[in-house]
Amino acid sequence: MTDSAIDSKKDSSVPVPASKTAKTKGTIITRGPGKRAQEARRQFLRSVALTVGVTSISLLGFIPIPADAKRPRLRPPGALSEEDYLSSCIKCGQCVQVCPVDAVKLDDLGTGFGLGAAYIDAREQACDFSCDGLQCVLACPTGSLTHTLDYTHDTRMGFAVFDKPKLCLAVAGKGFKGQARGPDYEGLLRYEEIDRWNPIPLKDYPYDVEICDLCVQACPIEQRYNQCQAGNPPSGDDNQCPPQRAIGLELIEEKNGVKHMKPVVYDGCVGCGVCEMICPTEQASIIVDYNILTKIPLSEQYMTKSKRGHS
Amino acid sequence: MNRALESIAQLFGKASHKLKKDEISPAAQKIYFYKKGIKVTKAEIEALHDEHHKNAKNKWRKRRWLTLMAVNLLFVVSFSLDIQLLEGSLTASRFMGFHMADLNSALQVMLAYKAVLINLLIGVVTIFIAWFLLGGRTFCSWACPYHLLAEWAESLHLWLAKRGLAKNYTFHRGVRTVFYVIFALLAIVTGYTVFEFISPTGILSRALIYGPTLALIWVAFLLLFEIFLSRRAWCRYVCPIGITYGIVGVFSPLRVTYDLTDCKHEGDCRAVCLVPHVLDLTIKNRSTDVEVGIGADCTRCGLCVDACPTNSLNFEFKGLTRKPKKEELPLMPDSNESLVNSEPSANKQSSSEQQNK
Repeated sequence: MTDSAIDSKKDSSVPVPASKTAKTKGTIITRGPGKRAQEARRQFLRSVALTVGVTSISLLGFIPIPADAKRPRLRPPGALSEEDYLSSCIKCGQCVQVCPVDAVKLDDLGTGFGLGAAYIDAREQACDFSCDGLQCVLACPTGSLTHTLDYTHDTRMGFAVFDKPKLCLAVAGKGFKGQARGPDYEGLLRYEEIDRWNPIPLKDYPYDVEICDLCVQACPIEQRYNQCQAGNPPSGDDNQCPPQRAIGLELIEEKNGVKHMKPVVYDGCVGCGVCEMICPTEQASIIVDYNILTKIPLSEQYMTKSKRGHS
Repeated sequence: MNRALESIAQLFGKASHKLKKDEISPAAQKIYFYKKGIKVTKAEIEALHDEHHKNAKNKWRKRRWLTLMAVNLLFVVSFSLDIQLLEGSLTASRFMGFHMADLNSALQVMLAYKAVLINLLIGVVTIFIAWFLLGGRTFCSWACPYHLLAEWAESLHLWLAKRGLAKNYTFHRGVRTVFYVIFALLAIVTGYTVFEFISPTGILSRALIYGPTLALIWVAFLLLFEIFLSRRAWCRYVCPIGITYGIVGVFSPLRVTYDLTDCKHEGDCRAVCLVPHVLDLTIKNRSTDVEVGIGADCTRCGLCVDACPTNSLNFEFKGLTRKPKKEELPLMPDSNESLVNSEPSANKQSSSEQQNK
């Protein structure tokens, strides 16, 4: 209202002399654009500006803020390849709501078009499969987390990589005593022997081992594998048995003849990130690599993963 | 059918036009003709106005704000208290286990992913039926959290504009249709749900449920733009969600209905409306009939129902609402006789109408 009022004030100064001349000469002289036409033209130009403006802003999603975009992100279990994942995810967060350990979080503005899509920061809180039934996959309304998965060992979120062998306690021949991540760490983990249904804070479960093997002990795939070997499959269901081991400590002899223990990642690794979460060194010696996966279509991921961890 | 097409054209940005005489029903013509004979003075309208606002309780606005807050709060407590009544957010959710999917978000996802997702389709059908029954754009004013913030921003805008501290730059309404096409094309071409990146509805809904994010800066920017530069700009000129739900509501049984009989044409309803073009039929000689349902772009917010001092605008659920029997209008000229008697002046009326064109 105010806008048009001001416009009309401006406009009124223009046509007045023109109409005077028209009267005096008694002929019709073409006057400048009328108030209405002028306002319509301005409105049209504003509308074009609005279109260009809003569309440009929406395309800023192509430029994720680099520091954030390079963060090695895990997607929840069953996530399609990154491109398909981002296009099919409806950004509702139902996967966040069902996760018993609150591992799933939603991306912010910094990740561009990833805004609102789910990710897992394994070091902060890994997926420990304590829901046992891939709840996030079941909750996903679009199949962005593919519904073709049935069992924990079918997932492929990433692949564990022995990243910093120099930091690893096992390599140094050391044991570990105490809370894996210190007294201030808030992360949760499920310990079946303590409570089958409720994960507990990691700090409430101190360890005492002669050679550090926390990554092997805590691995959900290893735990299931061992249960099956003992003839006691999870929920009494043989289908829950992982076909292969995921991680183990091996005695390795280096070229210079030095022997030491070392965690080795096997083909059964699903990249859940529990090893990365529990690793007690300052920086995790073992991390889950996400980028290896993005280059390989999901259907082939299971077939192509090879033994890694040699460094 | 014609009316539905007109309603869709209006949704896409077509401006309303003056009606030719043959487009107005005889009954409505009679009322218009009769109204010509009665001078309504400004003082009368003001008195009517004051009387109405002395008693008005903003009934519908109260109900709507409560509903909108309750819906969003249900999302929040379902997660924070883990009562699992309404899981997810406004883009897609599960109500007591039943899938629900926001129609616009679902459309963007399917365009970007280039596949019809069967699971999503179940939620889409559920929501389609629900919002069809409830009026389509009813989603906007009764569920969308951005709508509520924008409504508050709007009152601030009006307050500032009155004092010359804010301006209302208008845009062509057709620009929203352009945006609709742009965002659909962008989803197809880029393979990303581009609109979701800037949708304040999704951003706000997620922020309420999962905690604040940096993306709220964009929402704040939009609100500031609306406060200082353009009244309700996002909802009026940009948001494709409005068009999606508008189309859903074209044939909806729930709508606001205009009754010409007592209308004083003073325009209170248009002054409060988010989409005032749907109320252009309340201008003199613009209503095709005595009773007309408001077009699909209407968000069924009820502000006009609250504002109308003559009860000429009311919610109606086709087939369910029982209309109070109108008393024979004592002031109405008798049907045929009066028309015949007043033929000379009727001719005048039509000639003056032609002049108007």
